[in-house]
Amino acid sequence: MDTAESSSTSKKIQVQRYKPDDNPEKHYLNEETGLWSWLTTVDHKKIGIMFLGSITFFFFIGGIMALLVRTELWTPAKTFIEANTYNQLFTLHGAIMIFLFLVPSVPAALGNFILPLQLGAKDVAFPRLNLMSFYLYLAGAGIAIFSILNGGIDTGWTFYTPYSSTTGGAVTTMVFGVFVIGFSSILTGVNFITTIHKMRAPGLTWDKLPLFCWGLYATSIIQILATPVLAITLALVGMERILGIGIFDPAMGGDPILFQHFFWFYSHPAVYIMIVPGFGVVSEIITTFSRKHIFGYWAIALSSLAIAFIGFLVWGHHMFVSGQASLASMVFSFLTFLVGIPTGIKMFNWTATLYKGSIDLKSPLLYIFGFFFLFLVGGLTGIVLGSIALDVHLHDTYYVVAHFHFVMVGGMVMAFLAGLHYWWPKITGRMYNETMAKIACGIIFVGFNVTFLPQFVMGSQGMPRRYFNYIEQFQPFHQVSTVGSFVLGLGFLMVFYYLVRSLFNGKPATANPWGSRALEWQINTRPPLHNFHHTPVIVNGPYDYHKPMEEFQLGLAESSHGDGHDSDLEVTSDGKEIKAE
Amino acid sequence: MADHSSSTTHSRFMQHHFVDADQQFEAAKMGMWIFLVTEILMFGGLFAAYIVFRLWYPDLFTQASTQLDTFWGGVNTVVLIGSSLTVAMAIKSAQLNQKKNIAINLGITLALAAVFMVIKYFEWTHKFELGIFPGQFYDFGGIEHEKANVFFSLYYLMTGLHGIHVLIGMGLMSWLLWRSFKNHFSSEYYTPIEITGLYWHLVDIIWIFLFPLFYLIE
Amino acid sequence: MDAIKDFLLPPAKSTLAEQTDSLFWFVHGSSLILTIGLIAVIIYFVYKYRRKSEDDVTPHITHNNALEVTWSVIPLVLVLIVFGWGYQIFMNQTVVPDDAYEVNVTAQKWIWQFQYENGAQSTGKLHVPADRPIKLIMSSKDVIHSFFVPDYRLKQDVVPGQYTEMWFNAPEPGESIIYCTEYCGDGHSDMLGEVIVHEEEEFENWLAENAGGGSKPDELAPEEWGEQLAQEWACTTCHSTDGSQMTGPTWQGTFGSEQSFEDGSTVTVDENYLRESILEPNAKVVEGFPAVMNTYQGQLNDEQINAIIEYIKTLK
Repeated sequence: MDTAESSSTSKKIQVQRYKPDDNPEKHYLNEETGLWSWLTTVDHKKIGIMFLGSITFFFFIGGIMALLVRTELWTPAKTFIEANTYNQLFTLHGAIMIFLFLVPSVPAALGNFILPLQLGAKDVAFPRLNLMSFYLYLAGAGIAIFSILNGGIDTGWTFYTPYSSTTGGAVTTMVFGVFVIGFSSILTGVNFITTIHKMRAPGLTWDKLPLFCWGLYATSIIQILATPVLAITLALVGMERILGIGIFDPAMGGDPILFQHFFWFYSHPAVYIMIVPGFGVVSEIITTFSRKHIFGYWAIALSSLAIAFIGFLVWGHHMFVSGQASLASMVFSFLTFLVGIPTGIKMFNWTATLYKGSIDLKSPLLYIFGFFFLFLVGGLTGIVLGSIALDVHLHDTYYVVAHFHFVMVGGMVMAFLAGLHYWWPKITGRMYNETMAKIACGIIFVGFNVTFLPQFVMGSQGMPRRYFNYIEQFQPFHQVSTVGSFVLGLGFLMVFYYLVRSLFNGKPATANPWGSRALEWQINTRPPLHNFHHTPVIVNGPYDYHKPMEEFQLGLAESSHGDGHDSDLEVTSDGKEIKAE
Repeated sequence: MADHSSSTTHSRFMQHHFVDADQQFEAAKMGMWIFLVTEILMFGGLFAAYIVFRLWYPDLFTQASTQLDTFWGGVNTVVLIGSSLTVAMAIKSAQLNQKKNIAINLGITLALAAVFMVIKYFEWTHKFELGIFPGQFYDFGGIEHEKANVFFSLYYLMTGLHGIHVLIGMGLMSWLLWRSFKNHFSSEYYTPIEITGLYWHLVDIIWIFLFPLFYLIE
Repeated sequence: MDAIKDFLLPPAKSTLAEQTDSLFWFVHGSSLILTIGLIAVIIYFVYKYRRKSEDDVTPHITHNNALEVTWSVIPLVLVLIVFGWGYQIFMNQTVVPDDAYEVNVTAQKWIWQFQYENGAQSTGKLHVPADRPIKLIMSSKDVIHSFFVPDYRLKQDVVPGQYTEMWFNAPEPGESIIYCTEYCGDGHSDMLGEVIVHEEEEFENWLAENAGGGSKPDELAPEEWGEQLAQEWACTTCHSTDGSQMTGPTWQGTFGSEQSFEDGSTVTVDENYLRESILEPNAKVVEGFPAVMNTYQGQLNDEQINAIIEYIKTLK
C-alpha cells in the first residue's frame, strides 16, 4: 500500500487542527434529557450505556446464583436447598451469564459506545436497528425471567436432548427467550460489520483500523454465522416439546447426538464471541499504557479472524465421549489445536509490545495483567482438554468447569473490567478512585484463583460437574472454592461501589487522561451528541506512539467520503489551531 | 459511482449520520446481504437435519414424497419466480424514475405472494384432513414406515418457516406499496425497494431448494 | 513427586491409565514452564520499562518476522505432539481386544444395571474378572447418561436409542467408583456405582451363584430382601424411608394411608396400588411430585416386587 507521502496521485488536504474540550458544556448526556429521550434514543453511546446497565444487572443476578450454588456445595449432602432447586440454579447461572452477560458484554456495551468513535463515524450504520437490538435483548431477558418464575428450567444451559424435551418446567418459554436474545446478537453483528466496512472516516484504511475494531469485526462474523443455527436448534427443541417432531428425541424417532452437533456448532464459536472482543480490549490498553506501537499489528488482527474461522470447525471436541466416530474426533481434535496457535501468537505479541515501552501500571493495565495470567491458564488447560485421551478422563468434570471459568471469567470478565476502567472517563467524564481500583483488582484476582484452582484438582481426581451430592473426599476443595467465590463476589461489589461513587464525586476527567493516540480520545470528554463536529481525517495509525501527540489532534477537512478508501492523502497542517464548535 | 452520489445530494430520507446518500445506500445494501447470510445459516440448520435423515432413511423420503402434490408445488414455484421478476422490475422502474410502474410491479409481487400462500394453505389443510400432522400428532396409515412422522415434521417445519418469511415479505411489500403511493421513491432514493428485493430473492431461492427436496424425490 | 501425583490424579487401576497419565504430566509440565516463563518476562518488562517520566519516548518497533515465526512454529510443534500422542492413546482406548469379556450395561434414571452372559444381573455393582479385557455394551432407557470410572481414566456417554461401547482391563482385584457424568436430573449426583474386580475364580463363583438372577436368597426374610433390593435398585435415591420428602413421596407410613393425585382422585395405598406404581409409575402421579419415575416392567420380577412391597409395609 502506498504511504501518504510517497503516493504521486495524492490529494493535498489542508488540515486545521483543534483541541478537544475537557469538559464541554454540551455533550451527549445533556443535549437531550429525560427518560423518554433515553428510551427512544438512536445514539449508539446511550444504547451502549443502557446495555451496560442491563448486563451489570444480570451479572449480579447470575453472580448471586453462583454464590447460592457454591454455598450449597459447602457440605457433601444437602446444605440448604433441594436438588431440584440446585439444578435450576446452576442452569440459570450458566444461561444468564452466557446469554445475558458475556455475549453482549464487550460488543454490545463497550463496543457500541467505542466502535463509532474509533471509526470517526457519527453513529453505527443502522441506529434504529441498534435500538431494536437492545429491546430484543430486554424482551428476551423478560421472557427468560418469566420462565424462571413459571416453573424454571433444570436442563443445564446446554439444553441437551432428550432430557430437555422430556423434563418438566418452562423449557419451551426459556428457549424462546434465548431465541429472541439471539436475534439481538445477530442484529448487533450485522450492524457492526456494515459499520466497519462503510462508515470509516477518510484515511482510516484497514491497516490503521484499531485492533478493538478488528476484534469486534471477528466477533460479529461469528455472531451472524453461528447465532442463527442456535436459534433454529432451540426452535426445534421447543417444537419437540410442543409437537413431538421427533428430530432429536429417540423415543419419537430422532437422534440426540444430532442436537449436540447443532448446539455446539453455535456454542463453540460462541465461546469466541465471549473472548475475541476481549482480545481487542487488551491490544488497546497495552499500547496505551506502554506508550508503544503494537508489536505485530497484522498478526494480532488476522489471528482474531483466524480464530473466528477455525472456531467454526472444532465443535466436535465437546463430543469426544458422545459416541461420535473416532475419525471425527481425530479431525476435531487436530483443528482444536490449530486454534491454539493464533491465540498463542497474540499472547507473545502483547508481551513483546511491552519491550522497551514506557509502562504505567494504572488499573486498566493491572486488570489486563490479571487477564494474562488467568487466560494463559485457561488457554493451556484448553490444550489439555483438546487432547482426546485426556478429554476422555476430564470431560464433564470440574476440570472443565475450572477451564471455562478461567477463560470466560478470568479472560473475558477481566478484559471487560479493564475496558470499563479504561473507557470509564470517556463514557462518564469522571475519574474513579485509582487506589480502590487496584485493590479491587487484587481481590478479584486472588478470589478467582482461590475459587477455581481447587476445581482443577477435583476435576483431575474425577469429581463430575453438576453434582448436588458428592463424596466426602472432595469436601475440603469445595469449601476452599466456596470461600474463594465469596471473596470474588466481594471484589466485584467493590468495583461496583467505587465506579458508581465516581459518578457523583469523581474528579472530572480530561479529554485524554491516558495520553492515548486512539481516535476516541481526541474528542471531547464527554463526547458530543454526534461524536464529531467535522468529519475527521485519519493520518496516523492508532498506535503511532513514536509520533508527537500534536499530530493526533483532529483535523477539519473538506473531503467527505466515508468508507476509508481515501488513503492517498497528503496532509499539510497550517499550524493554526481552530476552536471546536 | 453513480451520478446521484455527489455529496451535495441531501434527500429528505438521508439520515444524519451518513456523509452522503451513496454511503447510506451502500450501507443498507451490505447490511441486508449480511442479514441474508444469517437467514441462510438458519435454514441451513434445517437443511442439515433434512440431509441427515434422508441419508438414514432414503426409502422413507421416496415413499412419503408421493403424498405431496407436485402439480401445485410446481405452480407455486412458477408463482414465486414470477414474483422475483416483478420485484426486480420494480427496482428497475425506480431507477428509471417511472413512479407509476413501481407501484404496479410491487402490487403484482404482493398478489403473487398471496397466491403462493393460498395454494400453501390448501396443501396443508388437505394433509390435515388425511391425518398427516407433524410429530406425535401424526395419524395417517398410508405410508408404511415407522419414521413417516419425522419426514412430515421436517416438511411442516421447513415449508412453515419459509411461509413465515413469505408473510413477512408480504408485510414489507405492503409497506413499500404504501410508501410508493406517498411518492417516496424515485431514482434518487429507492433503498427500501432494493433491499426488500434482495430479501425476496432469498425467499424465492429457498423455495427453489425446498421444492425438489420434498416434492421431486424419485 | 508421588505426593503431587496422588494429589492430582486418582490411582491408576487399568492397563491404559498409565499412558493417559504420562501425557497428562507432559502437557501440564510444559504448560507450567511456559506460564512461569511468560509471566516472569512480563514482570521483568513491567519493572525494567516502567514509566520514568511523562515525556518518555518509545522506539518504533512494528514487528519481527523471525521472532514471530519462531513463536508460532515451536508451539505448533508442541501441540502436534500432544495431538498425536493423545490420539494414539485414544485409539488404544477405542479398539477393543478380540477376546474381551462382554457385559451389557443399561442406564436409567438413576441406576446402573449390568447383565452378564449367563443371565446374571447386578444393579449398581459391576462385577468383572481381573486381568482380562472387559467390553461394556451400553444403552440408556431414558436420557443420556455417561459412564465414568476415574481410576481407569475412561468415560463414555450412554445414549438412548443406540449402543455405545468401552473397554478396559483392570489387572488387580479391587474396587473403583463409577460416576454418571452426563447431567440427567435430580438424582444425577446419586447415580453412582462400583466396579468390583475379582480374581478370575472368585468371579466365576459369583457368576454361577447369580445365574438366572432375581430369586430370594434363602437366608433372608422377604422384607429384608426387599430392603436390599430397594438399595440396589436405588429406589431410595428418590423415596426416603424416614419421612423426609425427596424427588418422590416418602415410603414411611405410606402403606394404608390416603394418597391424593394430580388429577384430583384419591386412593388408599394397598398392595395393588404399590404394584401399579412400580410397573406403571405414571398411571397415578402423587400430587406435588414430578412424573419422572421409569417403569420397572420387565426388570423386577413378581417375587422381587412382592419383597419390596413387604419392605414398604414395615415402614410405619
